[in-house]
Amino acid sequence: MSALLLTMQALLSHWRRHRVQGLSIITGLWLATALWTGVQALNSQARNDYARASAVVAGPAHAQLVAPGAQRFDQALYLQLRQLGWAVSPVVEGRLRFAAEQPLSVRLIGIEPLSLPPATNIAGIAAQDFDLQAFIGTPGQAWVGPDTLQQLGVKPGEQAVTSDGQVLPTLVLTPQLAPGIVIVDIGHAQALLHAEGQLSRLLLTDDSKPLPDAIAARLERQPGEDDTGLQRLTESFHLNLSALGLLAFVVGLFIAHAAIGLALEQRRGLIRTLRACGISLGTALSGLALELGVFALLGGLLGVATGYLLAAALLPDFAASLRGLYGASVAGHLTLSAEWWLIGVAVSVLGALLAGASSVLRAARLPLLALAQPQAWRLAQGPWLRRQAWLAGLLLLLALACYLWGNSLPTAFTLLAALLLASALLLPSVLDALLGGLARRCREPLTQWFVADSRQQLPAVSLALMALLLALAASVGVGSMTEGFRRTFTGWLDQRLAADLYVTPRDTAQALQVRDWLATQSAISTLLPSWRVELTLQGWPVQVQGIIDDPGYRSRWPLLELRAQAWEQLAGGTAVMLSEQLARRLGVQLGDRLQVLPAPAPGMTVVGLYADYGNPKGHVLVNADWLRRQRADAALSGISVNLPAEGIAPLKHELQARFALDDSRVVEQSTLKRWSTDVFSRTFAATAALNSLTLGVAGIALFISLLSLGQQRLGQLAPLWALGVRRGQLAWLSLGQTLMLSSLTVLLAIPLGVLLAWCLVAVVNVQAFGWRLPLYLFPRQLLQLALLGVLTSLLASAWPLWQLARRQPAELLRQFADET
Amino acid sequence: MLVVEQLCKSFTTAQGTLPVLQGVDLRLARGSSLALMGESGSGKSTLLHLLAGLDRADSGRILIDDEPLDGRSEAALARWRRQGIGLVFQQYNLISSLDVAANLAFQARLAGRFEARWQDYLTRQLGLADLLQRYPEQLSGGQQQRVAIGRALAARPALLLADEPTGSLDEASSDQVLELMLQLVAEAGSSVLMVTHSQRLALRLEQRCLLQDGRVQDGAGR
Amino acid sequence: MKPEAWLLIALALLAGCDPPQPPAKSYAGLGQEAGAFNPVTRNHALVFPRDHAAHNGFRIEWWYVTANLRDSQGREWGAQWTLFRSALRAGPETLGWDSPNLWMGHAALTGPGGHQSGETLARGGIGQAGVQAQPFRAWINDWSLQGSDDIGQLQMSAGGQGFAYRLMLHSSGPLVLHGDQGYSEKSGKGQASYYYSQPFYQVTGEVEHDGQRVAVTGKAWLDREWSSQPLAAGQSGWDWFSLHLDSGAKVMLFRVREDAGPPYRAGTWISATGETQVLSGEQIQLQALAWTTQQNGKQVPTRWRVQLPAQGLDVQVEALEPQAWMNTRFPYWEGPVRISGSVGGRGYLEMTGY
Repeated sequence: MSALLLTMQALLSHWRRHRVQGLSIITGLWLATALWTGVQALNSQARNDYARASAVVAGPAHAQLVAPGAQRFDQALYLQLRQLGWAVSPVVEGRLRFAAEQPLSVRLIGIEPLSLPPATNIAGIAAQDFDLQAFIGTPGQAWVGPDTLQQLGVKPGEQAVTSDGQVLPTLVLTPQLAPGIVIVDIGHAQALLHAEGQLSRLLLTDDSKPLPDAIAARLERQPGEDDTGLQRLTESFHLNLSALGLLAFVVGLFIAHAAIGLALEQRRGLIRTLRACGISLGTALSGLALELGVFALLGGLLGVATGYLLAAALLPDFAASLRGLYGASVAGHLTLSAEWWLIGVAVSVLGALLAGASSVLRAARLPLLALAQPQAWRLAQGPWLRRQAWLAGLLLLLALACYLWGNSLPTAFTLLAALLLASALLLPSVLDALLGGLARRCREPLTQWFVADSRQQLPAVSLALMALLLALAASVGVGSMTEGFRRTFTGWLDQRLAADLYVTPRDTAQALQVRDWLATQSAISTLLPSWRVELTLQGWPVQVQGIIDDPGYRSRWPLLELRAQAWEQLAGGTAVMLSEQLARRLGVQLGDRLQVLPAPAPGMTVVGLYADYGNPKGHVLVNADWLRRQRADAALSGISVNLPAEGIAPLKHELQARFALDDSRVVEQSTLKRWSTDVFSRTFAATAALNSLTLGVAGIALFISLLSLGQQRLGQLAPLWALGVRRGQLAWLSLGQTLMLSSLTVLLAIPLGVLLAWCLVAVVNVQAFGWRLPLYLFPRQLLQLALLGVLTSLLASAWPLWQLARRQPAELLRQFADET
Repeated sequence: MLVVEQLCKSFTTAQGTLPVLQGVDLRLARGSSLALMGESGSGKSTLLHLLAGLDRADSGRILIDDEPLDGRSEAALARWRRQGIGLVFQQYNLISSLDVAANLAFQARLAGRFEARWQDYLTRQLGLADLLQRYPEQLSGGQQQRVAIGRALAARPALLLADEPTGSLDEASSDQVLELMLQLVAEAGSSVLMVTHSQRLALRLEQRCLLQDGRVQDGAGR
Repeated sequence: MKPEAWLLIALALLAGCDPPQPPAKSYAGLGQEAGAFNPVTRNHALVFPRDHAAHNGFRIEWWYVTANLRDSQGREWGAQWTLFRSALRAGPETLGWDSPNLWMGHAALTGPGGHQSGETLARGGIGQAGVQAQPFRAWINDWSLQGSDDIGQLQMSAGGQGFAYRLMLHSSGPLVLHGDQGYSEKSGKGQASYYYSQPFYQVTGEVEHDGQRVAVTGKAWLDREWSSQPLAAGQSGWDWFSLHLDSGAKVMLFRVREDAGPPYRAGTWISATGETQVLSGEQIQLQALAWTTQQNGKQVPTRWRVQLPAQGLDVQVEALEPQAWMNTRFPYWEGPVRISGSVGGRGYLEMTGY
C-alpha cells in the first residue's frame, strides 16, 4: 500500500508542473461527458415522457383490442366480452383543443377505474386507490401533469374550457402524469369527445384465450403499447441527436487522449526510475490507472452537471419541435433519475479508459533499462501514417458497403460515421503529403524550416486537427442540409398553402353547415372541402384525404412524380396519390396497385407522389366522393377558401361569429405559414446549438494541443533563436504554422462537409424521414464556416503563442545547457 | 577583435541572488583561439551566452571590433548571432525537422552568405557527404556534432563560440572532432572561443584561461 | 344479513380503501349525504316481486346466496354468490356511464381443496351489471342469478381463478321477513335495514375446482337487504350466522361488536314451515371457542358455542375450512360451518372487522 502511495505521490507531482495538461484531460472528459449526457438527457426525458404517456394506463396487461384502422367501436362489444367473462377494460381516446396562448391540443384518455386490470396503475396511482366518488362523479376529476396544467394556464381545482366551449371536470394535478395528457372517467370522456357509447380500445388482462368469433370479426388484438407509433416516429429525430452527441463525445475524447498520451510520454523517465527503485510494474500501472480514475471522476461529475444544464437550456426548443413535428408531448423541465447521473459518470470513466488505455498499455510495455531516447519522430511517423491510412481505407470500404447495400437508419449512420472517421484518419497523411509537396518547392531556409517543422508537428496536433475537421465538416454538412431543407420547405409551403383561409370545423355536421354557408358567399372564388379518414396501413399511421376535383389542385399541388392523366384518374376514383415518405415506407411506385382501404374497397393505382415534409404520418390523396362512398365515417375535416385579400379578415370574423370558431379553427395562410416555419426553426435550433458547441470543443482541443506542445516547441525554436531569428518572428512563424495547418484542414473539411450534406439529404433523410431533398450548396455559408474554422484555430493558438512570444531568453537558454 | 571588460552577471534564484560573473576581463585577437576553463557552475556557459548575445550582462562591457555589444536591440543581437558568430553547443541543437543538408546550409542561407564551394568543402571535410539526406535523429553523436560545426562555420563567422562541443563524445572521437573543428576554423579565418573543462583539449588551443569565483584567474586571456 | 359489513365495503369502495383516511371523516361525508337517500322506516310493507329488484333510492343493497353442498363421495362444499350495489349519490338509475350505481360481485367455493374466492366490479347504467324483477335477473359481467319472478327457481353461476359453479336453486318454503316485518335494527341507536331471506332452497348442480367438475346437492340461503344509513360510530365489525338445522328449522343470528360495551345481538328463529320468531339480544348467547390465524395474520374465531336457551339450542359451530378468508378489496372471513351438539346441521358464518 505504501508503495502505491509513494508511486501516486511521484506520479501526481507531475501535475504540479503541468497544470494545463491536467486541465486538458479534465476538460476533454468534461466536454465529452457534458455533450453526450446532455443529449442523452434530452433523449431520455423524451423517451421517458413517451413511455409515461403510453404507460398512462399501464399494468401487466400489454395487449389490447382495437378496431381495424383504429376506429372507435360500439361499447356493446365491451359488454358482450364482459358477459363472456373477459376481464377487459374500456378506454376512449381523442384530442381536445384549447385556445391557450398557443393553440393547444391534448390527448384525452377516458378510463373506467372499476374494470382496470388488477395491479394497473394510472400515473402512479393504483387502480384500487381511486377516489371513485370524486373521479367518476359530477363534475368529476380531470387529471393533468404539471406541464399541461401550465400550458392550459389554469390552476388545480379549476375547470378548463376547450376551444369548443366544453367544460372539463375539475383539474387535479397529478405529478407523475405525462405531459399533453388529460385523464378523465370514461363517461366524461365520451361526452367531451362526442362519442357516447363509443370506445377506442379495450385493455386485455388475459392474453391467452382466442377471441370469440363474433368479436374477432370486429376487433383485433394489438400487442404492445400504443406509444410504439410515437417511439417509431420520433426515433429518427432522437437518433440524429444521438449521433451529434456521439460526435461531440468523440471530439472530447480526442482532447483527453492527446493530453493523457503526452503526460505519459513526459513521465517515461519517472516511471523507469520508479521501477528501478523497486516499484513493481503492477504498482506503477495501478498508480496510473488510479490517477486516470480520479480524472475520470472529476471530468465525469463536471460533465454530468454541465450536461444537465445544457439539456435544461435546450429543452424548451427540443420539446417545442417534438410537439410541432410529431405531436409528441415532452415536459418542459428535466426530471432525471439517479441512474442517469450514474450513467453519465460511467460514460466519463469509460471515455477516460478509451482515451487512456493505450497510454497505460504503453507504460506496461516500457522496457526497464532502455535509455530515454529522444523521440525518433521521423522513423515513427511513416508507419503511423501508413497504419492510419490503412484503417481509413477499411472504413471507406465499409462506408461504400453501407451506401450500396444499406437500407436502414443505422446503416445510414454507419455510413456517415465511417466516412467521417476515415477522413479524420486520412487527414494526417493528406496534410503530410501536402506539406511534403510544399517542402520541395522551398529554398529559403526559414520557409524550408517552416514547412518541415509543421510536418514534424503533425503527430502532436493531428488529433486536434481531426477534431476540427470533424466538427467543421459536421457543421458544413448539417448547415447545408438545414439551409437546403429550409429552402425546399418554404418553397413547398408556398405552393402547398395556396388557399387564403383554412377552416377546421368542430365536426362534420358543423363542417357541412360551414360549407353550405360559404357556398352562398359571392366573394369566394374557390371553396375546397376535404374529407379525412385516419387509418393504419401496413402498421403505419396514415391520413387519407379526400379532395374534390378542382383545377386548382393541378396547378398548386406540387408533385414529385406523376403519370399522365393523373388528376383525371384521381377524380375518377380509380387512383391515389401518396406522400413520398409513405410510398417509400410501403415500397410502392407509380403504377403500382395499392389497397388503401381494407377490402372490399377496391385497390387503386398510384398515379402521383408528392412531398409532405414534416408530416410523421403517411398521407394519401383520394377522390372525396369515392372516400365518402367507401367510408361513411369520413369526416369533413377542413375547408380551404380563396377570396380577394380585402375579404379575408371580414370573412374570418363572420365565420368565427356565426359558427363560434376560435382562432385555431379559422386560420389565415400567413398564420399557418408562420406556425409551420416556427416549428421548423425550433427543430433545428437544438441541432445548430449542438453543432456550434462541437466546433467549440474542437477549438478547445486545438488550443490544448498547442498549449501542451508549448514546452516541446521551445526545444525546436531555441536553435533558431540562437542562430539569429528574433523571438517575435518566431512567434509569427509559429502562428503561421498553426494557421497553415488549420487552413489546410478547413479546406479539406469543406468538401468533406459537402459530401456529408449529400449523405444527409440523400441517405439519412430518406431513411429517417422518408424524403429526399435536393442538395443545395450555399457558398456564403461555406465561406462563413470556413472563416469560423480559421477563426477558431486562430483563437485557439493565440494564447499559447502569446506565451511563447513572452518567453524569457533564460527559458530558451535552458535548452542549450544545464549549467547556469 | 573581442574585448570583455569587468563583465558581471548574476541570477535570481529561490535562494536569493547568485553572482556568477563578478568582473570578467578577456581579450581575443582575430584569428586566435582561446580555451575557457573552469569548474562546473563557474559561469563558462553564461559568459558564452553573453558573448553570443543570447543574454544580457548586468554591468561591464563586451566590445566587438571596438563596438559595444551590450545596449544593442534585440534585432541587432539577432543579426549579430546570424552574421557575426557561429555557435556550437554540447547538445548539438540541430533542427530536427530538417535533413543534414538543410541543417548545414541553414545559417549561411539565413545570413545570406551561402557559398556552394565552401559548403561542399566543409561537408567533405566533415565526412558528411553520404549523410546529407539523413535527419539528425539518424546520426550518431559525433556525426551530429560535425553537422553543428559545419552549420556554424558555413557562413564563415568572425567568431566561433563553442560550448563543450565534444562534451557528449568519447575521447577518440572528441579529439578527432576538435582537430577537424580547429582546422576548419583556421581555414574559415575565424577566431574561436571554446568552453571546456578538459585540460587535454584546452592545450590544443592557442590560449587558455580559467574562470574561478566569477573572475578570470589565469592571465592568459589578457 | 350483514348491513354494516356492506356499509364498510361501500365506504372502502367510496374512499378508495385508503387506510390513512380517518374513519370519522368518511362517516361524516356519508352522513351529510344520507339525507338525500331514502330512509329505512318501520311499518313499510315489502312488496314482491318488486322488492327483489334494485332499490335505487337507497345507498346500499345486496343479493346474497350461500349454499352448503355435498358430492357423491360425501365430501362437503360451500358456495357463496354475492352482488352488491352501492350508489355514489341519491337518485334514480340513469342510462350511461354517469349512473350513480357501482356494482360489486363476490364469489367463493370452499371444498376439500380449500377456499377460493373471486371479485368483480362493474359500473351501472351501461348494462354491465344490474338487477331486474320480471323475470328476476341479477348479474354482473359473466356471473348471474336468475329465474322465476318469485325467485322460487333460480340458476346461480359464477367463477374465478381456478373455480366455478353452476347451481339450480329450488325453494321449498316461503320468504322470511326479519325483524319487524322486514325492518331489521342493527344497533341500539336506530341504524336499520330492510331485510328478508329465502332460506329454503334445495340445490343441485355442479362445482368446478381446478378444472374438475363435481356434481353436488345441498341447501342454500338467500339474503336480501338494503339500507341508506351508515354504521354507528364505535361499531367495529360483526359475526353473522345462517344455520340449517337437521330438524328442518333455520336460524339467523348476528352480533355487531362495539368498541365499548357488549355487542348488539339479534336474530330470527325460522321453523321448518317458515314461521318466524324474532330473537332479541338477551335470548342469544355466542361464545368464541377457538381461533385460527388467517393469511393476513389476523386471528379469527372459527369454532363457536351458540346457545338459544328459549329454543333449547346449544351447539358448537365449527368452520369446515378455517382458512375461508375472502381476499377481496375489503377482506373478511366467510365460509361453510358444521353444527353439532343438541342438534346437527350445516350453515354459513361471516366475520368482519378482524
